[in-house]
Amino acid sequence: MSTFTRTDTSLLSRWWWTIDRWTLTAVMAIAGLGAILVLAASPAVAHRIGLENFHFVHRHFIFLPLGLLLMLGVSMMTPRGVRRLALVMFVGALLAMVLVLFIGVETKGATRWLSVAGFSLQPSEFIKPSFAVVAAWMFSAQKLDDDVPGYAIAIGLFVLVSGLLLLQPDFGMAIVISCVWAVQFFIAGLPLVLVGAIALLFILGGFGAYLTFDHVRLRIDRFLDPVGGKGYQVERSLDAFVNGGLLGRGPGEGRVKEVLPDAHTDFILAVAGEEFGLLLCLLIVALFAFVVMRGFSRVFRDSDFFVMVAVAGLLTQFALQAIINIASTTNLVPPKGMTLPFISYGGSSTLALALGMGMVLALTRVRPGSNSGYGGGYR
Amino acid sequence: MKRAIPLQQEISFDALDPQRIRMESARKKALDLGRTRLLVTGVMFALAFSVLGARLVDLSRHGKEGVPKWRTAAQAEIAPHVVARGNVLDRDGLILATSLPTQSLYVDPLEAYGAVDPVEAADQLISVLPNLNREQIIERMNKQGHFEWVARNLTPEQVWAVNRLGLPGFGFRDEERRVYPFGPTFAHVLGYTDTDGRGISGIEQEFEHRLGAEGEPVTLSLDLRVQAILHDELIRTKANFEALGTAGVVMDVNTGEILAMASLPDFDPNQPGSARGESGFNRATKGVYEMGSTFKLFTTAMALDSGAASLTDGYDATNPIQIARFTITDFHGKKRWLSVPEILTYSSNIGTAKMALDVGATRQKDYLARFGLLEASKVELPEVGGPLYPARWSDISTMTIAYGHGIAVSPLQLVTGVSALVNGGVMRQPTLIKVADPDQPRGTQVISEKTSASMRALMRKVVRDGTGEAANIPGYLVGGKTGTADKQVGGGYDKNARISSFIGVFPMTAPRYVVLVVVDEPKGTKETFGYATGGWVAAPAVGNVISRIGPLFGLAPDQSSAVAEIEVGHPMYLPEAKAPRSTARIDGNGNVVGSISDVAY
Repeated sequence: MSTFTRTDTSLLSRWWWTIDRWTLTAVMAIAGLGAILVLAASPAVAHRIGLENFHFVHRHFIFLPLGLLLMLGVSMMTPRGVRRLALVMFVGALLAMVLVLFIGVETKGATRWLSVAGFSLQPSEFIKPSFAVVAAWMFSAQKLDDDVPGYAIAIGLFVLVSGLLLLQPDFGMAIVISCVWAVQFFIAGLPLVLVGAIALLFILGGFGAYLTFDHVRLRIDRFLDPVGGKGYQVERSLDAFVNGGLLGRGPGEGRVKEVLPDAHTDFILAVAGEEFGLLLCLLIVALFAFVVMRGFSRVFRDSDFFVMVAVAGLLTQFALQAIINIASTTNLVPPKGMTLPFISYGGSSTLALALGMGMVLALTRVRPGSNSGYGGGYR
Repeated sequence: MKRAIPLQQEISFDALDPQRIRMESARKKALDLGRTRLLVTGVMFALAFSVLGARLVDLSRHGKEGVPKWRTAAQAEIAPHVVARGNVLDRDGLILATSLPTQSLYVDPLEAYGAVDPVEAADQLISVLPNLNREQIIERMNKQGHFEWVARNLTPEQVWAVNRLGLPGFGFRDEERRVYPFGPTFAHVLGYTDTDGRGISGIEQEFEHRLGAEGEPVTLSLDLRVQAILHDELIRTKANFEALGTAGVVMDVNTGEILAMASLPDFDPNQPGSARGESGFNRATKGVYEMGSTFKLFTTAMALDSGAASLTDGYDATNPIQIARFTITDFHGKKRWLSVPEILTYSSNIGTAKMALDVGATRQKDYLARFGLLEASKVELPEVGGPLYPARWSDISTMTIAYGHGIAVSPLQLVTGVSALVNGGVMRQPTLIKVADPDQPRGTQVISEKTSASMRALMRKVVRDGTGEAANIPGYLVGGKTGTADKQVGGGYDKNARISSFIGVFPMTAPRYVVLVVVDEPKGTKETFGYATGGWVAAPAVGNVISRIGPLFGLAPDQSSAVAEIEVGHPMYLPEAKAPRSTARIDGNGNVVGSISDVAY
């Protein structure tokens, strides 16, 4: 592209030359595939539950461009700007999560949504990216400045956030946030003894959840002992992949979307598998892997410790969401409602993921000195 | 373009500030450790994505069976391999019962739990399957288990409609629906299956293992054409005489094969619910009746075979027999001595009773047992009734049993016994299964060939000159015997409720088929001058059956009458004419005037 020359120092030009265009392209590709898949899957779901056929399509086609614009906007920020944005978001989302407990909308036994101006908003979605950045900030502060009790603050915030999530209850989200936080702590240099301790704590926490929450127990029991079926959606989902084969049954020829309540959200990959086949599914997995690996390799060279931990956290969240979704859909783990980033239909989720990815793009932009910390440079 | 090195990063004294040096080294250490761990994390993610890719490939290449064995084993428990139930065929291989694949709707209550509200699900289901019971669906969805049927054997349209609801926890299972193309025609013989496809009556139950577990066909001895004709005639007879019921059997006398067997009232096995009560009762095999005069055939045969009497012997039938509180009279009373052929032809109770006394109780029992009349038929049906006869076999028993009273047998037993009388004296078990080699039917010789020949001649005479005239289809040389017995009601007999029957054999020169029609409580009509006896009610039905099935077996009616008629015996007294039925007396109430205790015509 020759629209911007290197000597052009306007904001857009600088952005264009410093942004990781590979990641940007991959994310756009994922979002494009997602748009096609929502178009394929959601009319059947909308029709079945009595909505106008293109209800979800219309909404997705509003949220997705909005999200992508948001992502591009955020990607223009400096690391410092990202940190400020994350802090504001974090505080706002935390307050909203407290509010949810009192005035939230209850759906299927969990109170996770706030109704704002006709839209239902899920504050916990926005906690994910912002907490990753805030935690990274605290971890790096501890490492780089003796005066800041970063670890203590990070641990305190984690307890607060996961506590609020379990009160909703939102076990899946708590797992993701815990994992992201743990990975960040690990990268930030947590002594190996403590890494082991945290791992143990997670296992105990998992057992605790199994014993405490009925729906968690039901799903895990059924996964381990699937007499009478692995669960309706999972069964149909597996059928879909089997039916699809290598090249799929063809656009619109899928059947799984007619019977899966979550065909347009959690189980959208099954629709992809049935209608477009294995090749498209592999392409989707490859794109996710590429975005994650590319981001990791980019911050691997970065000289800014905060950027490294923050990006690792954000990408871990992105990767975990994709991995858990695909693993659920293919029955590798117990079913857990989680959207496939940028592909599944979902307003809050799309916006929050766009914010997170915007932060990744912003933090991985080439900055003066950013790429010189490893294997050379000025020090 | 090479990036310019920022000025502040040039080595200066500031850089030697201890605080800053310490920070720099901390940062460097943190970065190094971070990079190592970042690498570890990255490798983990790369691995995770690889696993996902491999799983997707595995799924589309190997299907769901790619999951570990113990899981598929658990699955197998709830999805047993379905063997298509075998067909039931007639002797020519035509399908009498077959299975069509259908789909049935079930719910996995534990799977549906939490995913869908039972009340809502029930309402939605009823919107597409209006016949379902709402409360029942809700109740089943609230059970603690993994499988409950909701609706069986749905049409493809219904399956489509239910699928469209997209109710979680509901699924379809391939099933079969048993179909009986001829409906009620074969009702009692074939029986039917329950909703799970298991045979619960008739052939379906008897051959459950073969049809159900092995999926093998069963070829019956029944002939679709003969069955249809018999069934048709039974319906007409039942309607015509407003009878409670009728039963009929057509048997091949040389093999014991049942070509047709029906019982009315019947039901449609395609709707098993219609088989309740009387309709489900197989009068031909399960019902046992006092058959009346048809039993005289057996008495005559045993008298001739044992030598107790010969065709030239005679008995005094002038006066009724008074014994204990019974009076044995004749309806077509000749009030004279009768020869043995005349006793049968005019159906004399008095003569037959006396003949039986000459045979004696012991030999009588022995012969009845040989004819298979003292034990239940060994036919391939679960619904078989055992005979009823007195435990203490007195002289009175001997006399009444001689003309078919005081003993109750099933129509099938009667047919089987009569077959043995006319086929040369060989007793064969009745069978509903096609006999593989008709040339070598096994059997037991129960009377001599000579006696059998005499019985053929006698039976021909009954039809030609006696009470069975209505069955005398020209050219077919029909032989037979009428039977009419008052039904037992409480302790006594009801003279207005009777079992009327006719058993016919044709062609009498070389018998091939026995046809029996039994009518339960027929009412006389104008055409029969109010009579409802075997000769008026059942004999015409048998005649119709014979005239309709004869041509099917290549037995064209021979009108030339060049066919040698068989004459038997010498009458004691040459009858001036056969007893005209129209002269029978009817009392003021329209009732047939009969004997005190029992009548046989």
